[in-house]
Amino acid sequence: MKKAGLLKRTIQHKYFYLMLAPCLLYYFAFSYVPMYGIQVAFRDFSYVNPFGGAWAGLKYFNEALNDYMLMQTIGNTLVISVMKLITGFPAPVIIALLLNEIIGRKSKRIYQTVFTFPHFISWVVASGLILNILASSGILNQVLHFFGLPSQDILTSETAFRPMLYVTDIWKEAGWGSIIYLATIASIDPEIFEAARVDGANRFQQMRFITIPSLYSVMAILFILSIARIMDAGFDQIFNLYNPSVSGVAEIIDTYLYKRTFINGMSFSSSAALGLAKSVVNTILLLSANYIFKRLRGSGIYS
Amino acid sequence: MLEKRKSQISPFTVINHTIMILLAIVTIFPFYNIVIVSLADYKVLAKSPLYLFPTSFDFEAYRLVFMNKNIFNSFFVSFFITAFGTFLSLLMTTAAAYAFSKKTLPGRSAMFLIVILTMYFSGGLIPTYLTIKAYGLIDNIFVLILPNLISAFNIILMANYFGSLPHGLEESAKIEGANDLYILARIVIPISMPIIATIGLFYSVGYWNEWWLAKLYLSDKSFWPLQMALREVLFNFNQMAGSEAAKEIAAKNAAVYTRSVQSAVVVITVVPILFVYPFIQRYFTKGILLGAEKG
Repeated sequence: MKKAGLLKRTIQHKYFYLMLAPCLLYYFAFSYVPMYGIQVAFRDFSYVNPFGGAWAGLKYFNEALNDYMLMQTIGNTLVISVMKLITGFPAPVIIALLLNEIIGRKSKRIYQTVFTFPHFISWVVASGLILNILASSGILNQVLHFFGLPSQDILTSETAFRPMLYVTDIWKEAGWGSIIYLATIASIDPEIFEAARVDGANRFQQMRFITIPSLYSVMAILFILSIARIMDAGFDQIFNLYNPSVSGVAEIIDTYLYKRTFINGMSFSSSAALGLAKSVVNTILLLSANYIFKRLRGSGIYS
Repeated sequence: MLEKRKSQISPFTVINHTIMILLAIVTIFPFYNIVIVSLADYKVLAKSPLYLFPTSFDFEAYRLVFMNKNIFNSFFVSFFITAFGTFLSLLMTTAAAYAFSKKTLPGRSAMFLIVILTMYFSGGLIPTYLTIKAYGLIDNIFVLILPNLISAFNIILMANYFGSLPHGLEESAKIEGANDLYILARIVIPISMPIIATIGLFYSVGYWNEWWLAKLYLSDKSFWPLQMALREVLFNFNQMAGSEAAKEIAAKNAAVYTRSVQSAVVVITVVPILFVYPFIQRYFTKGILLGAEKG
């Protein structure tokens, strides 16, 4: 069978092509056609022929880069992303390390089930839960009122809004993020721990010298992937918690892109140019992070 | 490996459980509170807004929610796109993943590249919007399903799983003359339930949680999924258009009722996930591990 000609092998596999056809058709229609449509950033948009207006060179990039809101939204995006990385990156590692030290299998499973659950709700629901607690008439203020303290309006405060984003992001995603670390820990050869115990290592020493080092490569990969998403900052979360009082600290590139196009009615071409510029930066970040990683450790995640 | 430690309970174990229990409380409290508020009696809630324990019980908020035509309708929209979308997504993902798990398939790596590239490159918001518009999917309910029909990541997970299955059964079925479609449907799928359940959960939760596609492409409220109805209730409470509930609320204590009704809508949006999640949760760690091992 191995020696059969290409045509014969292709015919032998005909059912597999049938299985792949719908999938490839889907990617063509919903991924590659939009990619082809990126050229709208270089053309005057025309309603008659969306991807075929007159060539406009870099006109719309100029227009987008001179947008008066651009610098502020880039600044907000970077601050929120970097702070989310600093506060949110260690959280799943810590949860995984602590969960790993829980001895009963059943209680470990219950904790894990609870911590993972918020990942499965949408940010719309999450914002409903957050409003119930943090809104001006929410639980937090009722508790403060009960103790005779002044009320805090976190959701509309320019100083408190961003920290609220970091905390709620950890609340929602840290448990889910810990699964990959727990899986990595579970794959460590038990004999290594056994040998360490024979040599007199206690639990903390085992954690310090075996468990934590075993997580380094997964952490590095996840770190690179987060770097590549640094221009994103979490659209769903911010869009669903956004209110005009915090626009100065909360308007990120993605929310602004939506707003300028679909609410302010600016041209599709200049918004497409802005979106493309952002994707190019993301790709450059991913490639550079991967390159640095490769130099440091010998192999990158994309080798 | 763990049996030996079981005999003594160290101070660390106690501290660790304490931390875990506190974290669990922090995780659960927002859900717990919204449930008890949604079920609280309006008069009790009006008297003591700090409502931490379920001291009263009343279905009034739920009655008002289901009286609202928009919310009632959006409940069915969400059920439809979740059921039909998950079915379509699983069908296409399973078929593609099974084909990709066959290393001998001519053209496999080129086709795989076509799929993988979509994880790193996309048209972006505007070109995608214009494409969807050109397909005539604006204000069409299928816009909630089609744009995110298949995830490349799920194809990879599933193809790795299929690749790790023993080939004996497939070989013998082949010798007996079964074709590849039959083998997939009758032999491979029945022994792959852990990964199918896991990925089915990912897809169904994705469809159930869908709001952005509706926000972007559907102005017709009769096609709005539950998440969009919830958004409306949370952020635009006064615009629950044409609802009897709104009038009833206005006649009573508006602030308290708003909170009850918002809470009830949050609860009915979460509860279906809550029911599915524990049953499939036991599969997914295993499913992801098996899928990721060879990846």
